[in-house]
Amino acid sequence: MRNTTATPALPLGDDALILSHRLGEWAGNAPVLEEEVALANIALDLLGQARVLLSLAGDEDELAYLREERQFRNLQLVEQPNGDFAHTIARQLYFSTYQELLFEYLATTESELAPLAAKAVKEVVYHRDHAHQWTLRLGDGTDESRVRMQRALDALWRFTGEMFEPVEGLETVPWPALHDSWTTRITHTLEQATLAVPDGPRRGGWAAGAGRQGLHTESFGRMLAEMQHLHRSHPGATW
Amino acid sequence: MTTPRPAETAATAAAAAPRPGDWPLWEVFVRSRRGLSHTHAGSLHAPDAEMALRNARDLYTRRSEGVSLWVVPSAQITASSPDEKDAFFEPAGDKPYRHPTFYEIPDGVHHL
Repeated sequence: MRNTTATPALPLGDDALILSHRLGEWAGNAPVLEEEVALANIALDLLGQARVLLSLAGDEDELAYLREERQFRNLQLVEQPNGDFAHTIARQLYFSTYQELLFEYLATTESELAPLAAKAVKEVVYHRDHAHQWTLRLGDGTDESRVRMQRALDALWRFTGEMFEPVEGLETVPWPALHDSWTTRITHTLEQATLAVPDGPRRGGWAAGAGRQGLHTESFGRMLAEMQHLHRSHPGATW
Repeated sequence: MTTPRPAETAATAAAAAPRPGDWPLWEVFVRSRRGLSHTHAGSLHAPDAEMALRNARDLYTRRSEGVSLWVVPSAQITASSPDEKDAFFEPAGDKPYRHPTFYEIPDGVHHL
């Protein structure tokens, strides 16, 4: 891998890339046509962010298509399979709220990420709003949708602790303050949706750092295989 | 006018009442950033006005900033009937005094 510098752009770019790919898997499968467009929009926003961020770290195509699982630095949260619609919304709610807070902060700094953060935060506010709206609808919808939404929130809760582990190169970010704001916002949304804030540990089965250290969950390898298949089958091709 | 039979009444009511899970149709009107008025852009399905607005933003504005969106339930729109076209719209062409075409528009007046 030539040209790859250690920069916080890499983990943040990986978050956007991997979640974008997961959302892309909804194409043709969303509950309604309008929602299909909304999910694709969010996926495209994230892919755009990933391209800028990965370009800061090196060659974007090499980074996306030629790294092994252990070289990816994304959060375990974003690599989680889509599951049902509620599962996808819960993942998006947790992640977008985190991304909004982080980018809002980064936009005010002198960091090389500041211009990207300032531009992306407008997109992310929409992503968070979309997830917020659907959390309210599913949580306060039918008995079935409520059960599914709560199940999704509970299932993904253990991946949320990792978001507030300091990222290499971003030690100056006030992570505990971000964590507090995140908890406040999530609690507010879930209360409005008549859902319970999950309890229990906020750590995956892996050691501290997890995805940020290249330790990923089981389904991630299969996702990468699909994502990288064509590029690896035809090395050096251009398209 | 015949009294509808019970079976017909039930069928009509079932067709009119929204079932759970049905997403009603909304009409979307967009005013572009430099536009003067809202223009009908199309329609979409949404469960309520909030979602209709968000869907309209994705489908019809590509999120350009500075645009204004209106969404209206299609059921709320009353349209003129094509059958009454003549009575409604046929102008009295032989009565030129009905048409305000003889006036010079003053320079200061825009958008008339």
